[in-house]
Amino acid sequence: MLKKKKRRDADEVPGAGMADIAFLLLVFFLVVTTIDVDTGIGMQLPPPPDDEEPPPIRERNIMNILVNAQGQILLNEEPVGLAQVQDRVIEFVNNHGEDPDLSESPRQAVVSIMTDRQTRYDDYIDMLDEVMGAYRELRDAMAREMGEDSYEAYSDRVPHDENIIREEIPQNISLAEPDPGN
Amino acid sequence: MSKFKKKAANTKQAVPTSAMPDIIFMLLIFFMVVTVLREVELLVRVNKTEARNIERIEQRRLISYIWIGPEILGAGQFGETRVQIDDALVDDFGSIRQVMYDKITEEPRLIVSLRVDEEAEMGIVSDVQQELRHAGTYRINYSTLEDI
Repeated sequence: MLKKKKRRDADEVPGAGMADIAFLLLVFFLVVTTIDVDTGIGMQLPPPPDDEEPPPIRERNIMNILVNAQGQILLNEEPVGLAQVQDRVIEFVNNHGEDPDLSESPRQAVVSIMTDRQTRYDDYIDMLDEVMGAYRELRDAMAREMGEDSYEAYSDRVPHDENIIREEIPQNISLAEPDPGN
Repeated sequence: MSKFKKKAANTKQAVPTSAMPDIIFMLLIFFMVVTVLREVELLVRVNKTEARNIERIEQRRLISYIWIGPEILGAGQFGETRVQIDDALVDDFGSIRQVMYDKITEEPRLIVSLRVDEEAEMGIVSDVQQELRHAGTYRINYSTLEDI
């Protein structure tokens, strides 16, 4: 006759391996995890064009920036280097009617950006980055005048529709339809 | 032999490990919660470009992605520049309008994150932008990495 196996002493589930299992799962999730925050340049697209004529904007309130397929920048018909764009935009937006060729006020200033169809995306982003940098600088300067640390701190604190700086220095960036090129 | 036997310390020398699984489980749960498994398989290559004056999008739920880049053909080969929304490549650009319109009716605060390969040309990007304008999804974000 077969001898019945001796009964085990304890009926408990062994818990020693639990930590190992948990470790294994932990390592899996550690490897798979990507805590990537989405960062980027925020923009607001204009509504689709309709038949109505857009309200006329005075010539001096528009700054035309053109980036061609070679990545060269033309700013109001004048070739400039990438490093100059930020200063030129600041000068243009922050003119307050002084220079008759530049904007009347930051509210009215419009930066119009145009590209060729063959323009490389990173050239476009580099240029847009400079324009955004100009606006950030202007907004930071105004925030400091109001006794804030920076525009970012200010806009985090006040509600969206009470943001005076955003109202005074709006980012009027217009994206023109690209030149079909050849 | 000394008269007084040195008393042996009767505390255990070993570090108590019984709470270890609990700690590990806590860490595990933390990582499980923050983990976002990649829900879409990319069919196009996107090497993001870099910029300095960028902002963070805090509300992940509001984001909808559009990828633009050269199609991955396998074996390190890349094809023409294509547009991918969700799981599929877009063949007819007119369909972008419908897809994005459906998304914005579902979530009116939608932000469209454009993840464009640095070598893509502006022509295709602006075609997509035109469709977005017609769909009514005006809030966009050019996804870039932080240039330090």
